[in-house]
Amino acid sequence: MQSVSAVELRNVTKTFGSVVANNNVSLSIRKGEILALLGENGSGKTTLMNMLAGIYFPDSGQILVDGEEVAIRSPRDAFDLKIGMIHQHFKLVDVFTAAENIVLGLKEKGKFDRKAISRQIREISARYGFDLDPDKKIYDMAVSEKQTVEIIKVLYRGADILILDEPTAVLTPQETEKLFAVLRNMKADGKSIVIITHKLNEVMAISDRVSILRKGEYIDTVETRTTNPQALTDMMVGHAVTLNIDRPEPVNPQRRLVVKDLTCLDGQGVKVLDGVSFSAQGGEILGIAGIAGSGQKELCEAIAGLHPVSSGQILYSNPKEPDQVESLVGRTPMEIRELGVSLAFVPEDRLGMGLVGSMGMTGNMMLKSYNQSGRFFPDTKPFRTLAEEIREKLEVVTPSVNTPVRKLSGGNVQKVLVGREIASAPALLMAAYPVRGLDINASYTIYRLLNEQKAKGVAVIYVGEDLDVLLELCDRILVLCGGRVSGIADGRTVTKEEIGLMMTQTGEVGDHDRT
Amino acid sequence: MNNLINFLTAGVLAAAPLLFGVLGELLTEKSGNLNLGVEGMMFMGGIAGIVGPYYYEKAGGTNPYVALLIALVCALVCAGLGALVFSVLTITLRANQNVTGLALTMFGTGFGNYFGEAIGHADPSGFLSVSTSVKSLFNSPVFPDPLVNLPVVGKLLFSHNFMVYLAVILAVILAYFLGRTRTGLNLRSVGESPATADAAGISVTKYRYLATVIGGAITGLGGLYLVMNAAAGVGGAWVHDCIDGYGWLAVALVIFAVWSPKRALWCSLIFGGLACMRYYYPISFIPASIYDIVPYIVTAVVLVFVSLKRSRSNQPPESLGLSYFREER
Repeated sequence: MQSVSAVELRNVTKTFGSVVANNNVSLSIRKGEILALLGENGSGKTTLMNMLAGIYFPDSGQILVDGEEVAIRSPRDAFDLKIGMIHQHFKLVDVFTAAENIVLGLKEKGKFDRKAISRQIREISARYGFDLDPDKKIYDMAVSEKQTVEIIKVLYRGADILILDEPTAVLTPQETEKLFAVLRNMKADGKSIVIITHKLNEVMAISDRVSILRKGEYIDTVETRTTNPQALTDMMVGHAVTLNIDRPEPVNPQRRLVVKDLTCLDGQGVKVLDGVSFSAQGGEILGIAGIAGSGQKELCEAIAGLHPVSSGQILYSNPKEPDQVESLVGRTPMEIRELGVSLAFVPEDRLGMGLVGSMGMTGNMMLKSYNQSGRFFPDTKPFRTLAEEIREKLEVVTPSVNTPVRKLSGGNVQKVLVGREIASAPALLMAAYPVRGLDINASYTIYRLLNEQKAKGVAVIYVGEDLDVLLELCDRILVLCGGRVSGIADGRTVTKEEIGLMMTQTGEVGDHDRT
Repeated sequence: MNNLINFLTAGVLAAAPLLFGVLGELLTEKSGNLNLGVEGMMFMGGIAGIVGPYYYEKAGGTNPYVALLIALVCALVCAGLGALVFSVLTITLRANQNVTGLALTMFGTGFGNYFGEAIGHADPSGFLSVSTSVKSLFNSPVFPDPLVNLPVVGKLLFSHNFMVYLAVILAVILAYFLGRTRTGLNLRSVGESPATADAAGISVTKYRYLATVIGGAITGLGGLYLVMNAAAGVGGAWVHDCIDGYGWLAVALVIFAVWSPKRALWCSLIFGGLACMRYYYPISFIPASIYDIVPYIVTAVVLVFVSLKRSRSNQPPESLGLSYFREER
């Protein structure tokens, strides 16, 4: 039963400046197995695998392929050793076709024969059960198709060892099943597969063995069938954490926001929101689920006055004047903000919206309310105090409140952003992807903050990616698909599969994945 | 009719230097490097391209073909050196491309004018110029007389100097290279998404260096043309500020041609035509300087239309103007 290791890592260490990404990690990948590499964000999973893919070079340690020591200095070296990596952020050229992306960088002599290439791609697709048109341009593709291109690209180069970095992060549960079926086909074909993930159910579903990393250190490798999610979590986090997120019953819900038939167009005149209607209440958390780019961002922005509204109504009841119903459509972002609507949007690069990277915490605190004093030279003192408060309360790790926020780690940047939005004492708080890229502990701090707001009677709208979290945190869940509401479910009774199905239900409306 | 043919012929002659500039910059931009130093590199190519044969003749050389070869090599090398400096600064040292390009323009302009005048003043004639035989090599038709003398077609198609055809051939080669070869595909991927190219095993640095230096060298031929060609200037002699904004026009034309070498052909023809229109179709009440402005106004208008029309395949290379650093996290 004991098979030869396809790849072996011995005492590999990699540092970035003073940060140790991988410390003395040893790991082996067997032939014809699916190995799950499990760890929290920032535990060094991707860095470790990038060293196999030739993106980074280890500071010390050895890499052995088929028992022989090798130096992988570039992605090309990795290809030569039949190692291929499918990155989390797809590395594809948008204006090229699938076929062009697949053959990119290959050093083959002779004529550049597009027809022959397309034929070969179709053969590979048929063999493993993919569905792909080689002549389709990447910008016309859905996320799952792009992933298919990435996988075929690696297979086309004859890879025997495939590394997939969080492949299911962008997929619906149904698409994930399809991917897993393909992976099992490849395993049957004798390929070794490494799947990087932090989702325990996937580890249990697909892998033969699991290797666990924690904060750059190698913890252990176990056979999947001899372990269970709780044991894996303990190894991954280091101490037992409750997987349960607190969800108090809503107290005295009050109608805060009513959205009726909201329709918005993007720059190209395509409907990004189509007849969206829902209501949000004070004292509850309304979750918004959907595949990336289904209109979540536009919905939040429309409410905050940042995205033009083509038709429909957004009605807001200010708790200070409960009898009055105000329409938010046509108001400036500043006016909407003063009514008590607050938006904390965490984009993929974390600094793209809401914070100025080169300013310190104090400066960022001032951004949204510097003009309230009405003076030409605003007084920085209250903002410095506020920054100090947030730093202390949310445990923001920073040398000083004046250190540029771009120098902080992702989690701390997000704490600053969410902390500032909460500090403005909103009546409606929209948090879009507030835990994006955060580790479990930091995420729980954010959930706690949102629950605190809920207890204060604030209407919280939470846009999230992780369905498990949405199901545990939110009172109600609104599911968007292609800019339409495909359902509003009770967070306490709905199942993950039901949400997953709703996420794809109105898929024919169009692909809005173009960011 | 005759006037029209003359106008079109002059348009072609005026278009050729533009086409060199456009093709060179297009190749550079396809690699993701935005080199705003085209004007400077044209000055460098122009001055080197005349100084080379000038000293060859000073040293007693009489063979005009050798002089022509020296001119071409000097223009290519000198402009290529300018682009090399740009490459070292922006690719290796990752300096800002816009600032570096502007600096290169300023440097090249001063470099050309300084040597042009310094050498000219030192010469007994008071000018930096080459002999008539070299000058005529640059300006006379390549095709034999019977072809040139054909009615209409002869003048339009066969009456031009060799550099016009060289520019057209370059455009065709570039179109084939970018669209039909693996190397061309690799180069485009470097300009679109260097991280993707890098992950695919393509050396971003190598491709960017080569494209920028070769592209810069090609723009130098445009400078040489402006110095040597009688239709575009005095011809065969250095004139102060002889490049006169052609480099900037080329940068704008790359956008006008939406980064396609084929479109660059007729785009430069249109602009060449606009540039010499006043000599053939003067309108008495419009001052000559208005004609000079036209190409730039048209560029501005086209820029507006290009950015309004948002087609996914007609866009600039996605990482145009951005440096690439692999280990950035």
